[in-house]
Amino acid sequence: MDLDPEDVFKDEEDDLDNEFFQQSESSKEYVVYLVDASPKMFNTTCAGNDQKDETHFHTAVSCVAGSLKTQIISRSYDEVAICFFNTREKKNLQDLNGVFVFNVAEREHLDRPTARLIKEFDCIEESFMREIGSQYGIVPGSRENSLYSALWVAQALLRKGSIKTADKRILLFTNEDDPFGSLQDAAKKDMTRTTLQRAKDAQDLGISIELLPLSRPDSEFNVSTFYADLIGLDGEDLAQFMPSASQKLEDMKDQLRKRMFTKRVVRRIEFQIANGLSIELNTYALIRPTVPGAITWLDSVTNHPLKTERSLICEDTGALIQEPPKLFQPYRNENVKFLPVEIAEIKRISPGKLRLLGFKPLSCLKDYYNLRPSTFVYPSDQEVVGSTCIFIALHRSMLKHNRFAVAYYGASYHPQLVALVAQDEITSAGAQMEPPGMHMIYLPYADDIRDDEEIFPDTEEDAPRADEDQIQKAAALIKRIYVKDFSAFQFANPALQRHYAVLQALALAEDDIPETIDETAPDEEGLTRPAVVRAAEAFKHSVYGDSYDEESDMGKEKMSEASRKRKAIAENAAKDYDWGNLADKGQLKNLTVGDLKVYLNAHNLTVSGKKEALISRILTHMGK
Amino acid sequence: MARNKEKLVLLLDVGPSMHGVLSEVEKLCSMLVEKKLIFSKYDELGVVVFGTEESKNDLTTEVGGYQNITVLQDIKVVDGDLVDTLQKLPRGRVDGDFLDAIVVGMDMLIKKYKDLHKGKKRLCLITNAIHPIKDSFEGSKEDQVMTIAEQMAAQGMKIESIVVRGRLSRDANKGVMDENDHLLSIFSKKTHTRIVYVDTPTSLLGALKTRRVTPVTVFRGHLELSPHMKIKVWVYKKTQEEKFPTLKKYSEKAPASNKLATHQVKVSYEYKSVDGSSTSVIPPEQRIKGYRYGPQVVPISTAEWDAVKFKPEKGIKVLGFTDASKIKRHCYMKDVYLFIAEPGNTRATLAVSAIARAMKEMNAVAILRCVWRQGQQNVVVGVLTPNISQNYKIPDSFYFNVLPFAEDVREYQFPSFNSFPASWQPNDQQQKAADELVQMLDLAPSGKEALLPEFTPNPVLERFYRHLELKAKQPDAAVPPLDETLKNIVEPDPELVAENKSVFDALHRHFELRQNPKLKKSSRQWYQEKQSGSNAHVSSGQAVNSIENQPPVKIEKIGDLTPVQDFEAMMSQRDNPEWVEKAIKELREKILALLIHSDEGDKYQKAVECVAALRKGCILEQEPGPYNDLMHHIRQYCEEKGIKSLPQLLASRDLTLISNDVTAEEARSFFVKMEPKPDV
Repeated sequence: MDLDPEDVFKDEEDDLDNEFFQQSESSKEYVVYLVDASPKMFNTTCAGNDQKDETHFHTAVSCVAGSLKTQIISRSYDEVAICFFNTREKKNLQDLNGVFVFNVAEREHLDRPTARLIKEFDCIEESFMREIGSQYGIVPGSRENSLYSALWVAQALLRKGSIKTADKRILLFTNEDDPFGSLQDAAKKDMTRTTLQRAKDAQDLGISIELLPLSRPDSEFNVSTFYADLIGLDGEDLAQFMPSASQKLEDMKDQLRKRMFTKRVVRRIEFQIANGLSIELNTYALIRPTVPGAITWLDSVTNHPLKTERSLICEDTGALIQEPPKLFQPYRNENVKFLPVEIAEIKRISPGKLRLLGFKPLSCLKDYYNLRPSTFVYPSDQEVVGSTCIFIALHRSMLKHNRFAVAYYGASYHPQLVALVAQDEITSAGAQMEPPGMHMIYLPYADDIRDDEEIFPDTEEDAPRADEDQIQKAAALIKRIYVKDFSAFQFANPALQRHYAVLQALALAEDDIPETIDETAPDEEGLTRPAVVRAAEAFKHSVYGDSYDEESDMGKEKMSEASRKRKAIAENAAKDYDWGNLADKGQLKNLTVGDLKVYLNAHNLTVSGKKEALISRILTHMGK
Repeated sequence: MARNKEKLVLLLDVGPSMHGVLSEVEKLCSMLVEKKLIFSKYDELGVVVFGTEESKNDLTTEVGGYQNITVLQDIKVVDGDLVDTLQKLPRGRVDGDFLDAIVVGMDMLIKKYKDLHKGKKRLCLITNAIHPIKDSFEGSKEDQVMTIAEQMAAQGMKIESIVVRGRLSRDANKGVMDENDHLLSIFSKKTHTRIVYVDTPTSLLGALKTRRVTPVTVFRGHLELSPHMKIKVWVYKKTQEEKFPTLKKYSEKAPASNKLATHQVKVSYEYKSVDGSSTSVIPPEQRIKGYRYGPQVVPISTAEWDAVKFKPEKGIKVLGFTDASKIKRHCYMKDVYLFIAEPGNTRATLAVSAIARAMKEMNAVAILRCVWRQGQQNVVVGVLTPNISQNYKIPDSFYFNVLPFAEDVREYQFPSFNSFPASWQPNDQQQKAADELVQMLDLAPSGKEALLPEFTPNPVLERFYRHLELKAKQPDAAVPPLDETLKNIVEPDPELVAENKSVFDALHRHFELRQNPKLKKSSRQWYQEKQSGSNAHVSSGQAVNSIENQPPVKIEKIGDLTPVQDFEAMMSQRDNPEWVEKAIKELREKILALLIHSDEGDKYQKAVECVAALRKGCILEQEPGPYNDLMHHIRQYCEEKGIKSLPQLLASRDLTLISNDVTAEEARSFFVKMEPKPDV
């Protein structure tokens, strides 16, 4: 851990909030990806990217590969296992037929994802037929039940760890809605029952089973044939589940992304609506920046991690300070001392509570009222029965009247004024796009807002305003580069992608680092389409006129008086030395950095860097 | 930052009509000085009060006139005494003339600094401006103000006026107020001026920026609409959180006699190797950074990293425009940026204005990709929204908010509100009560918005700086409770609550809240209740929970009192595999003993709990054998004795055979099959 000196007295609580996405070992997740590998998964295809048809197996495998990569980045303490069923070969501890647990060297079956696992799983399709093979595991006349065995193996894999500290899940990928369809009545009934019982036993042990079905183009995946019972869906749940069965790879990835992480409550807070009327809310961090993981210092000789020891040393006496020291602020020529508890007391304002202050129309929530990522709140009836009812009533009223609530959130480290904005549920094609609830937006205070747009009206004239024609031309250009369906978070972070691509390559000791795609790069091709260029030129002409050169219009001659003066002095001074002579004699090093910079300034060269760099730059400029 | 020293003269109205808010003015001004003492120690400050009976200023002695104006403090470098002065403002008896006060303030600045320090001289006027100013000797009041404003502009002075209105000055003459407002607005035509109207004591505390931050651009360069169309822009921060000050650590080691002691604490970090018994300190050059990738730590030197890391080119590019509704407000990630056209560049200003207005008309926003600096290691994607200026002196601009990347979002699914049971859905009356509350508890009635962020001080910081000032005088003062004026920020406004008493009453009447009774009990009780309840599904989860818990004491034998718990504890003793076998064997014996010693089935319930626990344990250990054997045994036993209640009890709890080596049919019908038998 790289300790930040500023960090030492930071409240724990705030870290929890900010680094919520950073993994902690206390709340891990164990996931078994259970992938159907029956011939049917290979025979059926669906439209993939670039209009090319892809097999269902490919879809499932690339989804798993994608989520492994996400997992190693953002939750690398989670443990995963990958297990195929309906395979020719078998590989599992129980030695059951038709089940193959995929693994790589130096890794337990259920373990944290490693670089090697990701690497080898990425090319599993090439070797799959050769090494694992596909074969129906449930055939008439045989007592073999590959689905049953697969659940049994998955459950066995999930044996480790307590459900108190870990979530255990089985994610099942299949396109067969009726696995026992080929069997005769009695055998079918029997197998259905045993399999359901197996699933139920697993669920009783706290393992949740989730289904990610793939639909064939000709027939929908019918969940109610068999799987509804297996995963315990009924009534309304079933109706909601149906449309989410996916046909496309993208849909599938969406589905998996939404289910990859179990919901975690950040904190339980009390929302005081009126005196004596407080409801219970849970807060969730739906959006937090993901950053490259913490640095671990290593000994470069042995590559062993180092232990960081922090010690406080008195500057006057050099003595070590053991007890947590007092704090002080220099003020009025003396040091005003505070105890850490006093600081905590100053910050304590209605601790742990969210107090409703009133409501305002949504138009009062300006675009610049923002400081940090928002927090999502959702009601809970767990401790205070009736909370959800009030919350729903307020939620509906706020949506109806287009109002948001202003409240004071007394978080103990960082108490703040917040806006609660109601968000209605938005679903699209059966999938939830926006969950219902409220978003808590942290509002700035007077001293947090700056008025820099007001600092420049230096002239007596009014600020220039665009006329109608110019606005029209601008609108025409905007229409040309309009994106219809943009989603706020469709881009992967190129820096993070690069970071982990490099790490993966280094972890596997590969020589070349794969190129990563920067999804945020603008569409150069689209922007040079003739229509776009015409619109841009028209707008440019209308605001800039004929003779506008962006580089020279302002800039140079508008240089501030001070810098012009500096430059003039520099030019004069530059003449004082016989630079060529000095350079020849190697005496440049005898000059001060200031003198050297004079030369550089006079010749419009960069003035940054150490003295040696400056000298070599001068020599290069002289051509020596 | 000595070269940025600010020279400020405070012009404070202390006339009778201001007395109600003077304590807030005192707090505001002393806060200003307190912060200056910490953050800009070399700023200079003078204080002028007007509305006093006596007059004490240079102009009145030199040229006469300028009555009722007292220079409380000549311009000097800020010090602690200034705080004391400002905390005890005199209460005046006369209605003051703010224009005279402005002239006195200007005179002080001119005399002290001549025409130097342009742009750093500032006047700050706090008044309610409800009393007419004196007529001038020549020309109209407007002309007079015009002349003053021109002089001010020539001297490079700025003026900031805080006008206290609304609730704080109720019965004032509307005509006079309008005239004064008009006169003050003339200043804004000629000079750098900020006029702020406040109507609550709380917003008065936030009306003055108490800490001056020199604006610094984040970026200067082109905003690229397309490769053919670029606009020169400057980017500033629009919001930036003012943090709680970082306090230094204090060392008490130095002897009290040492007057020169700094009492500073140095924090040192040592990196030690942990292998073996030797703990040697590793020098910095031998350290290398390691990055986590799953369980591996990958060492990468800075040089290597520099060679391969992501290096985007500096620049701001438009990726496209889209509908404003596509970007949800809650996606904004960080503090906000401001984009303005390059100052003084008329055509860039026009271009920004045209785009901003077109965006506003079309309800569109732009998606931008920004790399602020060369060498920055990441890109920022965000949304640009238009800011149409209402003030014709100020050009149009944009606000920019950072948006999340795909990695930053967790798309959790939440149950739809419609899916909740009817008892959780508000009925019509409840909905009506909520509607009333949302409409009536209004913080923005007819344009008078309360708690406007621009005028809301940070209560924590206010409290800290006040406590700091207090502690400087009384080192052991306790932290005082929150100031009354600040309470309005953290608690609902009592007046507003009182006005809407009926709304709150309705709310209390229609909604009932109660504590969940289950959680009141101790967890032990709860656990047992669940255990003996008929809900096998829940109890099974509990059983597994406790199996995994490490028991505090080692259980070596299953007792009579709590056989289930003992069994679970024993099963979880992982140090020796024999425990599992022993536990299963002992529990089996215990169950049989319970059956045999049962009188009229009184111990069946307990036996069934044990069976349930055994089944769970056997499934977990994947050893169905002992359990299935036992079940066969029980069935035989029941058949022999003609006991019907026990099999029924077992069947009702779904305690069938574990179906691994028997078929499901067999398992399911296990007890059903035996039932008809006794009848035969």
